[in-house]
Amino acid sequence: MISRAVLTGSLLAAFVGTGVSAETLKWGAPRDIVSLDPYSYGDSYTINFLNHIYEGLVRYNRDLQIEPALATSWEIVSPTVWRFKLREGVTFHNGNAFTAEDVLASLLRVSDETSPLKGNLPAYKSATVIDDHTIEIELTGAYPLLLNDLTNIHIFDKDWLVENNAEKPTDVSAGVEGYATFNANGTGPFKVESRTPEAQTILVANEGWWDEPQHNLTRIEFQPISSAATRVAALLSGEVDFVDSAPVQDLDRLEAAENVQVLERTDLRTVMLGFNRRDTLIAGGPNPMNDLRVRQAMQMAVDMDLIHEKVMRGKSRNAGALVAPSIPGYAEELDTIVPTDPEKAKALLAEAGYPDGFEFDFVCTNESYVNEEQFCQAIASMWSRIGLSPRLDIGPTAKQTPKRANGQADVYTIGWATLPMLDTYSILIQMLHTKEGNAGVFNWGGWSYPEIDRLTDAAGVELDRDKRLAMETEALKIAKDEIVMMPLHQQPMAWAVATGFEDFPQFPDNKPRLWYVTK
Amino acid sequence: MLAFLIKRFANAIFVMLSVSFIAFMIFRFVGDPVELMLNEQATQAQRDELRTRLGLDQPFIVQFATFVTNAAKGDFGISFRNQQDVLAMISERFPATFELVLVATFISLVVGIPLGVITAIRRQTWYAETMQFVSIIGISLPSFVVGIGLILVFSVWLGWFPAFGRGETVQIGWWSTGLLTHSGRMSILLPALSLSLFQITLVMRLVRAEMLEVLRSDFIKFARARGIPARVIHFRHALRNCLMPVVTMTAMQIGGLIAFALVTETVFQWPGMGLLFIQAVTFVDVPIMAAYLCIVALIFVVLNAIVDVTYAIIDPRLRGADK
Repeated sequence: MISRAVLTGSLLAAFVGTGVSAETLKWGAPRDIVSLDPYSYGDSYTINFLNHIYEGLVRYNRDLQIEPALATSWEIVSPTVWRFKLREGVTFHNGNAFTAEDVLASLLRVSDETSPLKGNLPAYKSATVIDDHTIEIELTGAYPLLLNDLTNIHIFDKDWLVENNAEKPTDVSAGVEGYATFNANGTGPFKVESRTPEAQTILVANEGWWDEPQHNLTRIEFQPISSAATRVAALLSGEVDFVDSAPVQDLDRLEAAENVQVLERTDLRTVMLGFNRRDTLIAGGPNPMNDLRVRQAMQMAVDMDLIHEKVMRGKSRNAGALVAPSIPGYAEELDTIVPTDPEKAKALLAEAGYPDGFEFDFVCTNESYVNEEQFCQAIASMWSRIGLSPRLDIGPTAKQTPKRANGQADVYTIGWATLPMLDTYSILIQMLHTKEGNAGVFNWGGWSYPEIDRLTDAAGVELDRDKRLAMETEALKIAKDEIVMMPLHQQPMAWAVATGFEDFPQFPDNKPRLWYVTK
Repeated sequence: MLAFLIKRFANAIFVMLSVSFIAFMIFRFVGDPVELMLNEQATQAQRDELRTRLGLDQPFIVQFATFVTNAAKGDFGISFRNQQDVLAMISERFPATFELVLVATFISLVVGIPLGVITAIRRQTWYAETMQFVSIIGISLPSFVVGIGLILVFSVWLGWFPAFGRGETVQIGWWSTGLLTHSGRMSILLPALSLSLFQITLVMRLVRAEMLEVLRSDFIKFARARGIPARVIHFRHALRNCLMPVVTMTAMQIGGLIAFALVTETVFQWPGMGLLFIQAVTFVDVPIMAAYLCIVALIFVVLNAIVDVTYAIIDPRLRGADK
């Protein structure tokens, strides 16, 4: 059962020797983490929060470059075998020493049949312990992105798993709770002091952390506040001092407040539109969107500048490419915006044989992306202007996703940030590739471009980074020329923090990494 | 009497089954949990396999039968998202909701009854009329607007009360209470006030109508004729005769308040059952949604049964009446 610590507000007297004053960060989050078990649910928000407690073999630094963490170095022994040297002298929060056995146990747990996170380590085949601080990971084939995947695979303590009967991930279908859901034991910069789901999770600094801390926080109080208005009020009244999801419409008010500073930038997430590319439309009848001229007309009709100005309040970044500038595989020459031209769009439609337009279903959600409902309405009316008749269908994500995934949408919105991989390969294999086997899970329109498939498959086994990225860029170019997806913008993201923090880095993947924060 | 009780019990079972059936029907239209349980990198095969393991590929009636047989044993499974035992999650949050409803009910009686009496005995005065008018506004304001308004005034501007959460709690056995600590008492005030607003106006109007009724009755006239002071007449004789319907209504409303608390809990991040349910809806967490609806339905059914049985004991004529 969950032990509910009564909060006394008194801090552990562990900092007497260090001379550090007690620095608390009160975090008001839009939602709670789902569990203390990083392998419980494919949820990047939870995985990132748990990264304060657990660590992977490698991690992202301040510039989102991969750097050593629990592993100090690695080499590729053969195309399918990677050997990792592990850091010595690392201990878990319970005092156990960190060894290769722990890595093996964690890899077995995350790749288990019932693990919801299995997909985060797609190429994993097996692992072998060489000695206490060396482990070899064998893959199903040549695979260049193992390190990217490993940033998100947190390492457990084997003895702790065995003692608490948690060697296997919790299986929802078995209907039995697991120990790791309520308890945590990692190697990270913070450890869990108490957790009351939906109310408060308290972390305290880990004195025995192996790394030199860049933060000076001694305590993090994480409190979910799901109502955006309440969250902003709590920040203004000083009850929380960090909000990692500030509503766009409240930013001006927050800027005006004396005790708050707003951190803004655009997200890595590119919001785009996808098209039904099957032979018929949802409502029946032949599908005009298989004609490139029709897709070009639809793209020309949408005035992204107007949406940027009016809907996104100037805070978005209009996108010409399907990935954000900082994603490997991005190329500037692909990031060109198609000029808006309703007249030419009408002409193209007429040329394609649809002078009076056609009717189609346009599926959006009301919550997945920033101001989604508003920009969908704007796009729908822009299409109406060139004679098309979109039937706008807006609903909650949970309801709209099955429609889109089952091909029950003619045009739909989707955002892709390439997380957790942070590489163009992610969007190529998951979305642009033909839907077959494990590829193209998010290919919801049913398109197939053999050339994109060929480049993607080749990039997926190419260990030379430059060659690989060139192939990925080439595939992106085909996607752009053919308008496989129609990019809209990188959406804005905003954090708000109380004044009094010296350093509070904001990351474009929208993940707070508080081990860089100084107060 | 025994026949009546048996009938009443059968009726309750039937209601519970209907509610769970309708709830289950609704879940089919809420969305697909599997899409939300796996992240962007999961493959189609993994999705299909999870669907099979959760039994979501079974026909509707099979899923429903499984649910009912398990629920009858008190087993609601574990949450799709949090992987915690559903019944434990709900029972852990029940105290928060119950205390909120309790305090809201208390506020509504303490404020509503005097207001009702005043508006009844000072019928023609300007302030009674004003109160009548204000109470209409109170009834028609949505509770989330009231909640945000209270937060704005009392948390952001004045800084008197916390804007969210439950404050410090004390564990007594399996029950957690916030009423024993200062921060807990400060935290419960705003949400309870916003939840009770509707209730205050209801109590006030009920008391007023009953008072006017009683004040016209013969025994009050005789009391006046005997020269008993007005204060005594109003509060000892008249008000006592009004309270029975108020008590009944309050008992009946508790179920409604528990259901209503959902909005208030969302605004104030009050860690109760309603908040749990709202979040479960967002993530299509079917086990939690099903259990919550069944438990709330059970509360309604039990409260109604208690009221029915009490009335049947008091008034034998009701026992034979067909429902």
